[in-house]
Amino acid sequence: MNKLSVQLKNKKGIPLDLNFACEAGQVLALVGPSGSGKTTVLRCIAGLFETDEGQINCDGQQWFESKKNIFIPTQQRHVGMVFQNYALFPHLTVKQNIELGMEKQFSSSTQELLSSMNLDGFENRMPATLSGGQQQRVALARALARQPKVLLLDEPFSAVDQVTKRKLRLELLKLIRKLNIPIILVTHDLDEAAMLANKICVLHNGTSLQTGSPIEVMRKPISATVARLMDVRNLFEGRLIAQNLKSKSVIISWAGIEFEASYQTGFSVDQKLNWSIPADKVLLHRRRNPSKGVRENPVSGIITELVTVGGVTNVIIELANDSKIKLHMDLPSHVLERNHLQVDENISMSLLKDAIHLMPHSHSSSR
Amino acid sequence: MMDWSAFFLSIKLAGITMLILLFVGLTISRFLAWRQFRGKLIIEVIVALPLVLPPTVLGFYLLSFFGKNSWFGSFYEQITGSTLVFSFTGLLLASLIYSLPFAVQPMLRAFENIPSQLREAAWCSGLNRWQTFIKIELPLAWSGILSGMVLAFAHTLGEFGVVLMIGGNIPDETRTLSIAIFDRVQAFDEQSAQLMSLVLLLFAFITISFVFLLNKKIR
Repeated sequence: MNKLSVQLKNKKGIPLDLNFACEAGQVLALVGPSGSGKTTVLRCIAGLFETDEGQINCDGQQWFESKKNIFIPTQQRHVGMVFQNYALFPHLTVKQNIELGMEKQFSSSTQELLSSMNLDGFENRMPATLSGGQQQRVALARALARQPKVLLLDEPFSAVDQVTKRKLRLELLKLIRKLNIPIILVTHDLDEAAMLANKICVLHNGTSLQTGSPIEVMRKPISATVARLMDVRNLFEGRLIAQNLKSKSVIISWAGIEFEASYQTGFSVDQKLNWSIPADKVLLHRRRNPSKGVRENPVSGIITELVTVGGVTNVIIELANDSKIKLHMDLPSHVLERNHLQVDENISMSLLKDAIHLMPHSHSSSR
Repeated sequence: MMDWSAFFLSIKLAGITMLILLFVGLTISRFLAWRQFRGKLIIEVIVALPLVLPPTVLGFYLLSFFGKNSWFGSFYEQITGSTLVFSFTGLLLASLIYSLPFAVQPMLRAFENIPSQLREAAWCSGLNRWQTFIKIELPLAWSGILSGMVLAFAHTLGEFGVVLMIGGNIPDETRTLSIAIFDRVQAFDEQSAQLMSLVLLLFAFITISFVFLLNKKIR
């Protein structure tokens, strides 16, 4: 089984302290703000950067083992790397770019590779005459030409426009299903990570804070820091005031309200904590014929802002009890229209009990 | 009268200097272009120094350094049995130092213009350092390399102060074209001086045009 496992530690220069693994056919996304060390991790895997300590294993081979002084050079690692600005060789044609690193016996497959990348007819074009999307495909084809043991993608969509980006992501998704190697994707775009990756590794100042499925990391961040990095909008401070092991629930006090959440281990009564709820798990109460769900954690407030993007409206509500607290609710736009919701209107909502996630307390986390 | 012996000596000196500086320049400029190390600035300054140093100053230092009284001069004499001062070899060594920046600067600019990602992409494609140099760096930097060679050749051809200090005016050994012109002027042989000056002027004009064309073509 072709598996990539990475464990790195670096003290001087760029600080790193992380470990993760990625199976064949899986996509692991390294996400984090710029300067968090994402690209450096890719460079380590490719053998372009060496850390003080650590080990990198791929397909049963030791690529790096600081204790045994093992460092396999880039050329022998067989990595396919797509650089951020593609780094196509400007003096070579598309075909030459791809065939440069191919062993002679494989060069017959160039045409096949070009076709699979929708690059038929571009063989003799120079990189400068290609569009951003085409350049990206050439870079990807070049990375795959040597039948790599691992594919490394460094912000592969950062240099293309929105429309092309969407098309290329779908293409990449199709391609990923066919490739049976570990794929590491570096991105700061969370949607991209959620769409393409099986696993997300959250990096902050070179340290991996959490690794898990996109749903897990986005809905159940292990700390307020991860929640903030994953752009969790509803992140608040509260206090646990009661636990009921029988009903498997806890009571949280927050902004003068008490509400119920599912029981989660690791917290005790009277403990300060952070909690979050996905914006699509805040439920709007219909004014006419209210459903029976209205009794579940009801809160009310005034709408201060409505932002619609692609059929989903982000409703920002100022809480009735505490005007400093802003609650985010995502609604399908048709629901908004049917209920005639407008700015400055009073509404009430439910916080779905099972969607509430508790985290250890950290300072300055309420927004 | 054209001094053909001086003409060929000049061509020989400039040609050999150019060839040696090709290798020296490639090594130094590639080293400076991509490596970060302590004291890099001082190396850059030393390499560029001959650009602004008066030729007589450089010639004076080289004269003392090559002379019998210096350890280098006496060491050289012990081994070879001849002196460096007033010899073609001494002239060649001086020319190498004097024309070094003219070879290095264009090459350095050319290598600096190659993004480091391109070299890394080549390594990821399986190319070793030598293959990367041949297949990626050379084709991308050739105009700068050629410019460096042409400038080193032309600059060596026209040098005067350093040659006079270190080589003197010995026919077939150290009398280059520019020395010959000076010699003719002093002898009131204006016709010869004019002819030889014209040759150097034409040569300078052609080389500079060539370098400019080369740079335009790349852009």
